[in-house]
Amino acid sequence: MRVPLEWLHEYCAPDLDVFALAERLAMTGTEVERVETHGVSGLEHFVVGKVLDARQHPDADRLRVCQVDTGDGECSQIVCGAPNVATGQTVAVARPGAVMPTGVRLKVAKLRGQLSNGMILAEDEVAIGIDHDGIMVLSDGLAAGTPLTEVLPLSTDVLVLEITPNRPDCLAVYGIAREAHAATGAPLAAPPWTRDPGVPGPVADARVTVECPDLCPRFTARVFEDVTVGPSPAWLKARLMAAGQRPISNVVDVTNYVMLLIGQPLHAFDLDRVAGGELVVRRARDGETVRTLDGQARTLTSDMVLIADDDGPTSIAGVMGGARSEVSQATTRVLMEVATWDGANVHRTSLALGLRSEASGRNEKGLAPEQAMDAQVLATQLMIEVCGARVAPGTIDVGYSEPTRPAAAIRLRDARVSGLLGVEVPRSRSAEILTALQFTVADAADGLDVTVPAFRRADVTREADLIEEVSRLGALQDLPASLPSRRGASGRLTDRQRLRRHAADALTAQGLHEIIGWSFESPETAERLRLRDRFPIDLRNPMSAEQARLRTTLLGSLLDVAQRNRARGAAVVRLFEAGAVYAMRDDVPVEPYHIAALLIGPVRPPTWRDGAPPAADVFAAKGVLAGLLDAVRLPWTVRAADPPEPFLHPGRAARVDLGDRDAGWLGEIHPSVAALWDLTDPVAALELDLEDAAELLAVPRYRDLTSFPAVREDLAVIVADGVTAAEVIAIVREAGGALLTGAEVFDVYRDEQRIGVGNVSLALRLQFQASDRTLTDAEVATRRRKIAAALTDRLRGRVRDS
Amino acid sequence: MSALTDQIAAIEREASDAIAAAPGTAELEEVRIRYLGRRADLPNLLRGVAQLPPEERAATGRAANEARRALEAAIEQRAGELAAAELDARLLQDRVDVTLPADPLPALGRLHLMTRTQREIEDVFLGLGFNVAEGPEVETVYYNFDALNHAPTHPARLETDTYYLRQEGEFDLFDGDTRLLRVHTSPAQIHAMESGPPPLYIIVPGRVYRPDAIDATHLPQFHQIEGLAVDEDVTLADLKGTLLRFARAIFGDEREVRLRPHFFPFTEPSVEVDVSCFHCTQGITPDGRRCSVCKGTAWIEILGSGMVDPNVFAHVGAPGYDPERVQGFAFGMGIERIAMLRHGVTDLRLFYDDDIRFLEQF
Ligand SMILES: [Zn+2]
Repeated sequence: MRVPLEWLHEYCAPDLDVFALAERLAMTGTEVERVETHGVSGLEHFVVGKVLDARQHPDADRLRVCQVDTGDGECSQIVCGAPNVATGQTVAVARPGAVMPTGVRLKVAKLRGQLSNGMILAEDEVAIGIDHDGIMVLSDGLAAGTPLTEVLPLSTDVLVLEITPNRPDCLAVYGIAREAHAATGAPLAAPPWTRDPGVPGPVADARVTVECPDLCPRFTARVFEDVTVGPSPAWLKARLMAAGQRPISNVVDVTNYVMLLIGQPLHAFDLDRVAGGELVVRRARDGETVRTLDGQARTLTSDMVLIADDDGPTSIAGVMGGARSEVSQATTRVLMEVATWDGANVHRTSLALGLRSEASGRNEKGLAPEQAMDAQVLATQLMIEVCGARVAPGTIDVGYSEPTRPAAAIRLRDARVSGLLGVEVPRSRSAEILTALQFTVADAADGLDVTVPAFRRADVTREADLIEEVSRLGALQDLPASLPSRRGASGRLTDRQRLRRHAADALTAQGLHEIIGWSFESPETAERLRLRDRFPIDLRNPMSAEQARLRTTLLGSLLDVAQRNRARGAAVVRLFEAGAVYAMRDDVPVEPYHIAALLIGPVRPPTWRDGAPPAADVFAAKGVLAGLLDAVRLPWTVRAADPPEPFLHPGRAARVDLGDRDAGWLGEIHPSVAALWDLTDPVAALELDLEDAAELLAVPRYRDLTSFPAVREDLAVIVADGVTAAEVIAIVREAGGALLTGAEVFDVYRDEQRIGVGNVSLALRLQFQASDRTLTDAEVATRRRKIAAALTDRLRGRVRDS
Repeated sequence: MSALTDQIAAIEREASDAIAAAPGTAELEEVRIRYLGRRADLPNLLRGVAQLPPEERAATGRAANEARRALEAAIEQRAGELAAAELDARLLQDRVDVTLPADPLPALGRLHLMTRTQREIEDVFLGLGFNVAEGPEVETVYYNFDALNHAPTHPARLETDTYYLRQEGEFDLFDGDTRLLRVHTSPAQIHAMESGPPPLYIIVPGRVYRPDAIDATHLPQFHQIEGLAVDEDVTLADLKGTLLRFARAIFGDEREVRLRPHFFPFTEPSVEVDVSCFHCTQGITPDGRRCSVCKGTAWIEILGSGMVDPNVFAHVGAPGYDPERVQGFAFGMGIERIAMLRHGVTDLRLFYDDDIRFLEQF
């Protein structure tokens, strides 16, 4: 909403500069986006001039060289391009130094060889109108040198406001005047609609029927005769321009002016083009079309309301008028419609048609029926003043009757005000604030009985709404800063939240950087990753195809980020992301919390001594996995993946279990997949679902590992090559029993000569320990024999004596 | 004194000189062999003691043994000296250029700036007695709008402002079950109240989505932290005090906050909260320029908040949320915005570009 200060001052003129006023409005609830100057500046350079002589430019057909008296005793030569300039005219002159609305500062110039000391002005050049056909010709009664600001509304500051959706009353200059009055105490002028030149009663030449009173609570109309359509006077055009509204013709300008002043949309029909002289307000029939003012044909549905005459639809109610009955230069009789519409219905109609207008933006808020007549009165004044019209007797007024009882008051309890705000506000202060905002207050036992003015009826319905009014104008500035009593409340993280923090910390401790990717992905990502049957969630209205789907894996964003960083020259990429992935499960959206990591490049930083450490591979990924899960104390196992994830190297892929639940994968990305992200080096990665992992956490119990010594022994076993280390370890652990406290592979050895073709030798490091005694050699030897026997029996392994 | 004991003394003197003169461990070994080896004079003399007359045997044997022990001790001492000197010499040979690059342990990775900021904010509110709650990102019209008292005409409901899910059947913007991506963390307020009675003190961090074109200050995805306190007597002044603690913890102890009236559908009264600018004095930077951070106003908007609207309690309908008996405040802030202000990051896109050179800075 643009509020020209010059216009605002007609109704409320606080003794503050524009920035102080803006600050005060902002601090009382009217957000000020910015303060602008509309029009020209350097006002002392704008004066009234007399054209003493105007003759053809010697070298330019379109230009005239004028001698202009600007009241400073000397005659100024000004070159002018307007066709209507003529000797003897009184004109508006901008002298060198004047700053035009575009910001350009005028200088003495030469036009085709002729000196020009300024400009003779057309109205569009100073942004007080749109006419560029000729210069403004002023009244001859004005003396040369008269400051132009005394004659024309040349310049005004404009408050550019952001009006919140609950305050349609502030989409109006008079509404902002009310706010300025309440915020500053400056007097508020009486509403401009108090003097009505019209009269109630029947109207002879027009009829209105409302067939859907539920959607049209009030419809008023007046008829104006002897209308002279033409341009509006300068003051009106200048105000509209400053408010951001293009002047069109005096009749249309009146409707816009009234709407901008009091927030009530209205529409002017050319009564002679209303077939049959009757307007019918009704629901549209499905498929009915209206050609709107903007020239578009709109197809309506039965949920929409239209205004029709004998020839059919002529207007979309509350949204936009029709082209057929539009006011034109030939119009002499106007039917002025001011109606109240059902806000929600207007909103849906405007949404469905994709058609928004100044009118629909106000009507969709659900305006008060009282306002319709206010606007009608104001329009009547202006039609007479500006369009030379005569108001025909009578006023059509359908659907509304004066309330028989005063509106119910809302009780504002003193205790509730202080109880909600946390500061005492004296009842007298509340009363003062509410009265300034045009509420009516009466004393009650425990507070005030408050009656809400019509224009705030939709917004203020409850005690809390009244407290907001008191708060914004009377309490916020000096509000104390206290803390809640918080009885019984104490803050802590849940196990699940602590697990997440620990997991991220465990990965950074291993040198991985956290990234944050997009929740969105392209459907193409799933194709590149060869994913099927993931039941992804697709968006109805994505910004682009790249963001049309929610990710089902974190791998896509990790690969994207790896690709970008590699392209920018990063040799080592060690990244992780933690966050939700998304899918439909049994028709319900689910968002499990995943954590994923990706490694490219050497596992250690290369140095001048070791220039080529090994590149990260599946075992590096497993190392990161172990570092992560051991740090957070989740029980885990890794097993061969069968089948592997489709995007993994089939020989270097594994699945990860947390507890006894499958929870994810690790491995190397399939080279063909990695190549789609321009990654040619091995890419090691892993992804885990941690959604329910916190359930596996237990408080660790102490075990005595220090009172009695451990015995460490090595054992080598030759087994067939297909036997996995995990199988060997499982058998060793089972046979070793409780005394075996550690078993891991520390060497893998193949040699056809020494151990035979198709065999592998695994060297195991075993640890035996008891928590209640020092183990004897005999005990350890017994265990070791059992382990050897089990390996021979179950894997046909040959245990080599060490 | 026999000739033999004289001879022993002479050998000892000679050997002592040789030990002292040995320049290295190898030469010292030669000295040892020469004087104490199997064929050396001193052991031979000792073997000859048996042939001596009995009255000389004891004295000569004692002298020879003492001489041998003395020489052994001298050799050991000398060997120690020589070994230390030779080690020093060897170590000097092993000299390196200490200015060459280090051999580092793998460097620590970094948490993303968003996560760091989120944790710091969480920790502030944990200290103020708030718990951390969560809520789904895929929401319904009911939780995202209706229960939060958004009028049917509220512009945020439009497809230009909210992501909706593609679905089977007819799409209805106004059907409470229609699925969408939450535009704010506020739906979590409703879930939290539905899951338990007051008192309730929670913050809810999480991702939110709005179909905004990508530029330096807008992204279709960002993170918010919601706050909600519901109790019998929580006041707007308590909101101010809580956010003052927050602002000082994050932006410095000298900060002040101010509350500016605003409108949000789910709070009444609603306020925007500004924190005093930490880059300038009264809008002017130390070098005399208009401050670009606060645009010369000396205040920076950091979040929206207010007292929970009674209609929201009524929508919850769960036991304990009678608007006549409980009241509360709610607030919501953008995590990236807080991080940008605090660390001087000028482009929101950096948060999701994940350039390692950006990540490593925090
Ligand atoms: Zn500043």
